[in-house]
Amino acid sequence: MSFLMLMAPSIKADWFALNMTRGVTDVSNEVFELHMLIFWICVAIGVAVFSVMFYSMWAHTKKKNPEPAKFHENHKLEIAWTIIPFLILIAMAVPASKTLVKIYDDEAGDINIQVTGYQWKWQYRYLEDNVSFFSNLSTDLDEIYNMVPKGENYLQEVDEMVVIPVGKKVRFLITANDVIHSWWMPAFAIKQDAIPGFVNTAWTVVDKPGIYRGKCTELCGKNHGFMPIVVKVVEQEEYDQWVNDKKQAAMRLAELTTKEWSTAELMERGETVYDVNCVACHQTEGQGIAGIFPALAGSEIALYEKDRHIEILMEGVSGAAMNSFDYLSEVELAAVITYTRQAWGNAESGDGEIVIPKDIVDYKEPKI
Amino acid sequence: MSAVIENHHDDHHHGPAKGITRWLYTTNHKDIGTLYLWFSFAMFLIGGAMAMVIRAELFQPGMQIVEPEFYNQMITLHGLIMIFGGVMPAFVGLANWLVPMMIGAPDMALPRMNNLSFWILPFAFFVLLSSLFMEGGAPNFGWTFYAPLSTTYAPPSVTFFIFSVHIMGASSIMGAINVVVTIMNMRAPGVSLMKMPLFVWSWLITAYLLIAVMPVLAGAVTMMLMDIHFGTSFFNAAGGGDPVLFQHIFWFFGHPEVYIMILPAFGIVSHIIETFSRKQLFGYSSMVWAMLSIAILSFVVWAHHMFTVGMPLAAEIFFMWATMLIAVPTGVKVFNWVATMFRGSITFETPMLFAVAFVVLFTIGGLSGLMLAIVPADFQYHDTYFVVAHFHYVLVPGAIFSIMAAVYYWIPKWCGNMYDERLGKLHFWLSFVGVNVTFFPQHFIGLAGMPRRYPDYALQFADWNMVSSVGAFLFGFSQLLFLFIVIKTVMGGKKATGQVWEGAKGLEWTVASPAPYHTFTTPPKID
Repeated sequence: MSFLMLMAPSIKADWFALNMTRGVTDVSNEVFELHMLIFWICVAIGVAVFSVMFYSMWAHTKKKNPEPAKFHENHKLEIAWTIIPFLILIAMAVPASKTLVKIYDDEAGDINIQVTGYQWKWQYRYLEDNVSFFSNLSTDLDEIYNMVPKGENYLQEVDEMVVIPVGKKVRFLITANDVIHSWWMPAFAIKQDAIPGFVNTAWTVVDKPGIYRGKCTELCGKNHGFMPIVVKVVEQEEYDQWVNDKKQAAMRLAELTTKEWSTAELMERGETVYDVNCVACHQTEGQGIAGIFPALAGSEIALYEKDRHIEILMEGVSGAAMNSFDYLSEVELAAVITYTRQAWGNAESGDGEIVIPKDIVDYKEPKI
Repeated sequence: MSAVIENHHDDHHHGPAKGITRWLYTTNHKDIGTLYLWFSFAMFLIGGAMAMVIRAELFQPGMQIVEPEFYNQMITLHGLIMIFGGVMPAFVGLANWLVPMMIGAPDMALPRMNNLSFWILPFAFFVLLSSLFMEGGAPNFGWTFYAPLSTTYAPPSVTFFIFSVHIMGASSIMGAINVVVTIMNMRAPGVSLMKMPLFVWSWLITAYLLIAVMPVLAGAVTMMLMDIHFGTSFFNAAGGGDPVLFQHIFWFFGHPEVYIMILPAFGIVSHIIETFSRKQLFGYSSMVWAMLSIAILSFVVWAHHMFTVGMPLAAEIFFMWATMLIAVPTGVKVFNWVATMFRGSITFETPMLFAVAFVVLFTIGGLSGLMLAIVPADFQYHDTYFVVAHFHYVLVPGAIFSIMAAVYYWIPKWCGNMYDERLGKLHFWLSFVGVNVTFFPQHFIGLAGMPRRYPDYALQFADWNMVSSVGAFLFGFSQLLFLFIVIKTVMGGKKATGQVWEGAKGLEWTVASPAPYHTFTTPPKID
């Protein structure tokens, strides 16, 4: 095994991380204690049962005990080993139910964040502050495909972290846009399925600033393993500053809608949008995956049907994996549509028409 | 139970037909049992090969040998093939061979249906496996096929998957009806219900579970079919449907299904421990009642697979308590096995080794199941490798070890030859070490935070994943030894007596080895 370790020097031997995390909240501590309690009860039961069993395997072999005993029932014993486990179970279930009642306290938080699962990224909307962003895996494909050494937070790092303040009750309203995902943050002992059409809730109060990492835990398609969750817990002032910066950035983005855009500018921005949102299905060269994800390179729509192209991104394709992307900004939408109409030789083989942010604004106007 | 050996009529020949038609047209329970067993062995090797692909990819972090898309197809097919192609047909095969002989019946009650229920199975799995070569690939949504990943977002091959599940379901229902009708109507005079061997009892209960839940599975896949092709919205929230409804329906099937895969194992292990302890089974009637309670409880615990879908508090508490209750009858069974061994006169032939390992490792799987029932803790365990470790402990050293134990135990009766004891023990020890090296570390990986169904993982999980993969290769390749041992035994070897095992009790040991093509054409006399 050691030569393999040399081949991958970034693998850190972590032989001691064998147990559930204690986490950083009251609830996660309680869950951990509960876990250890039932674990030791199970160990005790196992030791008791197996020691009797191993004893008879040792002492009651044909060699040592050629004449087997004749008994085949014992009512007192049988009643005892029905009742005693029952009592042990109650001893386990009562504290578990108490903790559960505490977890199910469903009052509004000081801060309420809507978490939406997408194939394969998370969207966070801060309901009070109207701040909204997507959080994507930021690990490089070259690391995943073993071209370069893997970084410390391989597959556990994102382009934008969720930021929450210490000591405040934060409630997550968890849902999904396409298939079922599940939002798991081990340090807070929160795992809630994100289900399209439903809003599940979970809450936490974190007292210790830091960066906490979690994962999607419901199979959601090919990149299920590649949509991590990272929460950064900061002091209140830092949080306020962060919210402010986010609002400013949103305003700057809105202004861009009215700017004059050149094809080159749109292409550049579009490529970034494509790499984050589209590449997983439609692939780097727009070739798609035969049978499930259609190719964009050479597609009739990308070549000649600009209006339909906009419509697909805004409305999605019903009955297929293609969802609406209307949550992207006008600039992002225009850029990515332009990009897919220009790249991979599409501009040369088709009409090469570009789309500007105003086209998207016009599309959004109520239609009569 | 003891019996007088029947007078075997040799005045007319009812031997098997010659050539391939023997197997195609056979209505003989022994032939059909053999077909089921070989079929399940083939599926076990195919599903196992897929497990090897999975473990090879997980050997190190990073994507090495397959793409995530194909990885998902592997985990899906591995699960479906092992459950519906490996474990279930193996148990049906054992039921075919053993139930009529154990109750002193000449054959199954519905022999033509028996032929049909086997021969549609290869088609079901041909359809399922052919989806690997279809555009868009095979089903990739996990063996639990949660909607809408398996409907709106599924590859086109999902329709073939639905068709094949329907065929498998039809086969299982027919097999189950056959078992129930046989047991209810064809017991030899004197074989009352409470005198039936426990394997027969376990199958009677299993058959009722199958009849109850396979139609529910058929309903679930039919609703999927409607959603995909006929514009309904059972599971589509955008059309007013409910994706959680799918999970309720699926697990209403799925949880009894779990017991379908373990109850016959309870029966097998009870026989083997009794035989090699040379002592009457402890607590026969409590064994029967325990199996009945487990079966009944299995209908009211399904939502413990869904603690994180956002059910109301009352539902979570109900399903937690109901689930924990199952530990009581399961505990009774384990205690009974231990009490049977206690002050027995034990020898450790290969079947006994597998049976003892079953008791220990199944109990470990049962205890981790108890941990999973605790809802707050389940929020941390759910959908991690802790769950993978749990259900593999009850399915591999549980169900599959019991099947292997059964093969070693009854193969002398089936083909008249003793297996090679040295090779059998070698196979046991390789499997025992392999299975534990594979699945024990997965408890740690899961607790430390690795979700299941991940083709790639963070670096802190690397060491134990490598250990787990090494164990999996050991376990996987050891099964080729099993194949060799079985073929060697069928081809020849030391001749077995009718009794075979010193301590064995039951009607099947009263006939010659190999068992004649027709047994108990006149019912045996039971004292």
